Amino acid sequence: MPGVISRLYRGDINIDFVGKRKIWYGLSAFLLVFSIVGLIVNNGLNLGVEFRGGSVFDFARTPTSSVESVRATMSDAGVHQIIVQEAGTANWRVTTESLSTAQVSEVQQAVATEYGIAKNQVSSQVIGATWGGEVSEKAVIGLIVFMVAIMLYLTIAFEWQMALAAIVALVHDLVITAGVYAWSGFEVTPATMLGFLTILGYSLYDAVVVFDMIKEVTGKLGTSAKMTYTQAANNALSHTLIRSLNTSLVAILPVAAILFIGTTLLGAGTLKDLSLALFVGMLVGTYSSICVATPILVSLKEREPQWQALARRVAQREASEAKQSTSKTTAKAKTEPVGAAKAKPKK
Amino acid sequence: MLLAIILAMGAATILQKAFIPKFGLDLAGGTTVTLSPETLDKKAPPEESLNRAVNIIRDRVNGTGISDAQVAKSGSNILIQIPGAGQEQAEKLVTTAELRFRQVLAIGPAQDTPAPLPSAAPSGSPAASPAGSPPAASSEPSASASPAGRALSKALTAPSPSGTAQPEPSASASPGASTEPSPLATSRATTPPADDPLAGQDLSGIDPAVLQQFRDLKCSATNFGQGNQDDPDKQYAACDTSGQIKYILDKAAVRGTELADASAGTDPTTGEWIVQVDFKSAGATQFADITRRITTLPQPRNQLATVLDGAVIVAPTINEAIPGGRARISGGFTQVTASDLADQLKYGALPLKFNTSSVVSVSSTLGADQLRGGLISGAIGLVIVMLYLLLYYRGLGLVGIASLGVATVVTYLSVAVLSENAGFRLSLPHIIGLVVSIGITADSFIVFFERMRDEMKEGRRSMRAAVEVAWRRARRTILVADAVMFIAAVVLYFLAVGDVAGFAFAMGLTTVIDVVVVFLFTKPLMSLVARTKFFSKGHKLSGLDAERMARSESQTMQEA
Repeated sequence: MPGVISRLYRGDINIDFVGKRKIWYGLSAFLLVFSIVGLIVNNGLNLGVEFRGGSVFDFARTPTSSVESVRATMSDAGVHQIIVQEAGTANWRVTTESLSTAQVSEVQQAVATEYGIAKNQVSSQVIGATWGGEVSEKAVIGLIVFMVAIMLYLTIAFEWQMALAAIVALVHDLVITAGVYAWSGFEVTPATMLGFLTILGYSLYDAVVVFDMIKEVTGKLGTSAKMTYTQAANNALSHTLIRSLNTSLVAILPVAAILFIGTTLLGAGTLKDLSLALFVGMLVGTYSSICVATPILVSLKEREPQWQALARRVAQREASEAKQSTSKTTAKAKTEPVGAAKAKPKK
Repeated sequence: MLLAIILAMGAATILQKAFIPKFGLDLAGGTTVTLSPETLDKKAPPEESLNRAVNIIRDRVNGTGISDAQVAKSGSNILIQIPGAGQEQAEKLVTTAELRFRQVLAIGPAQDTPAPLPSAAPSGSPAASPAGSPPAASSEPSASASPAGRALSKALTAPSPSGTAQPEPSASASPGASTEPSPLATSRATTPPADDPLAGQDLSGIDPAVLQQFRDLKCSATNFGQGNQDDPDKQYAACDTSGQIKYILDKAAVRGTELADASAGTDPTTGEWIVQVDFKSAGATQFADITRRITTLPQPRNQLATVLDGAVIVAPTINEAIPGGRARISGGFTQVTASDLADQLKYGALPLKFNTSSVVSVSSTLGADQLRGGLISGAIGLVIVMLYLLLYYRGLGLVGIASLGVATVVTYLSVAVLSENAGFRLSLPHIIGLVVSIGITADSFIVFFERMRDEMKEGRRSMRAAVEVAWRRARRTILVADAVMFIAAVVLYFLAVGDVAGFAFAMGLTTVIDVVVVFLFTKPLMSLVARTKFFSKGHKLSGLDAERMARSESQTMQEA
């Protein structure tokens, strides 16, 4: 293990991510199907009160209060659908149906009297049923505009294959993250959406850095090059692997800090919801930028006649070299089947 | 240059004593109400109506006496932010704003506290005792008063004397002599105010409770009768929009929904500015009935008040019965005041219903908890990332840490300056956005450092040359990647609502800061340290030592 780590540290690795892309496609396809099944089986996502409409109360936990007593107090105040949760170390969080302002005031008064806290220390949230719909509708519109903008930008800055590959990886991340939420039953709140959106940013950011490197490396490939596009891309990927892993780690660390603080100190709430989405999403995002985005790009590029021709030449040369001597170079490059370059992505 | 920016921002911060940025209500505690206005047929209101609605809500909020409350348009919604506890008031804010026409029953000056009546007899006969001289001479509606704002000097007339108005598009009245509005209006618009504003007026038919309302009414910013408004089938006491005059108003005679149009124009004979009002068919009949009934009554009962959201915007004297659904208001308008009134009538006529989309009230303790949580996780995140950089990149890590430190300072100063000068309020989504962006900022350094190590690994270059070559390449990557983040932030900021927009703002801000810091700090610093022996000789702790560049060990040594 130390050997691997130190080689990783030096950037001295050559893992054939791209050549083995069938494996990744298979794995991703499986994850995608699994996620979609999860969404269907579990009847979509467990939407938070912000989307369904309802009321939420937050107040300090006093020694005399228990889940039962809080429920009883709420019930006495005329509220029906009551969910009592512990929020962090010091708070109760009670979710109810959507209440009128007068009812909210009543509940606050009841809680204040019962537990001897000031009425204005009982936080409340009332969300109309249509509001959540509006929020998510806006987010979806934003998402679509964002994707189109990014497609255009990447097409101009790089090329359309890269843009397409990046967007596919993005959708891949989103679906799988949604799948994780569907299977785990984690609540989806507006904060979760923030998390999703950040993932999009990261996922793209990462892909862009990798693509930039690929562009540079493959740009040097002439007709007499000794590498196929696939191999060159894989080289570029290995080159930036350290950076990708470093970036992901550096990005996940602060998020993990939020997640930790969010769960221990505050309990349910914006911080926790958000960082959970980020945490899940970043893991998926790191995987996809290495194992999905680049392989798709390669699959797309290898269809171009220019790169197909190069692949044939390289194959011929390697074949003739193979006759002469068995192996001087690493086995990796040779085992790369030329046919794989033409294989269509399974997705 | 960066130093100059920091110094400038630091100076601004110190000068304005804005060391601590101002916090949003989710951190400071307070109530945020999101209202979604819609027309009665459940459509989104047009832009102009929405702006009016914001003004209406702002008036209502001010009317509740809450200080510091902010009312703003946010997309198609109206956002009310009330610091501290104040959600009870939210209820009052969401009543439907509607235009109504009501007969004036009694009238009085607003500012003076009236001497209490000896007996609040509801049906007192006209008390014919004008006691003393009027204390408020200024508010006496003088007949020749030219300024518009004086509701009393306005007259309402039909555009043509016959009343069988052909649909004339313009306000061109037929030259019938009886329609000359101004002399009639001015001759009637004299009500001598007395010590008791109601003295000398016929109080018959007025609800005693409303009388009391009227006496209590101060027409100040916080007390203009806002609690009294709104039931069209009840009498109530109201102030005019200027806060000068108060009225007792009868039940609504015509609802604003019956108003078809209102426009400003000039009288063809006198050249005077007038406002022309058109009613729909049912409204026309109602309007004809009410004008016929009250035009013969004595002042002030021959005045018909137009009420928008509780306040009287105009109360002209009715000079004659106005059949035909077309009326005009005249008397001392200027072009501006005429158009303004026409707008108020036109857009006020469109009643808006305010749906309470969300009411979020955060107690000060919960807010403080969230702030603390956000700050602690930010600090932890920052420290962990710094430690990681140091462990992985050793000496280079120090450059990274210094850059992160600078970025943090610049971010903090930006927030402080924005908060002081641009009304920016730091909220939880902002903090999260900032914490999350630590990674993006750190990544710029990583891209740069990795490039540099690549260059040196190939063994072709000395440290100093490597820095320059690596920078040229890394620069492009950083810019492209940051551009993607920035596009994301901008799109989200403008399209999303609420928390998401705040988050996007923070992300956009840090992306810009990242670029600034990398270009103006990290790169120059790197060039600088490349000259030191510590780095260029590949010291063990520099992060660039031979062992770490194993593949090109010998070459590096030679070059160095």
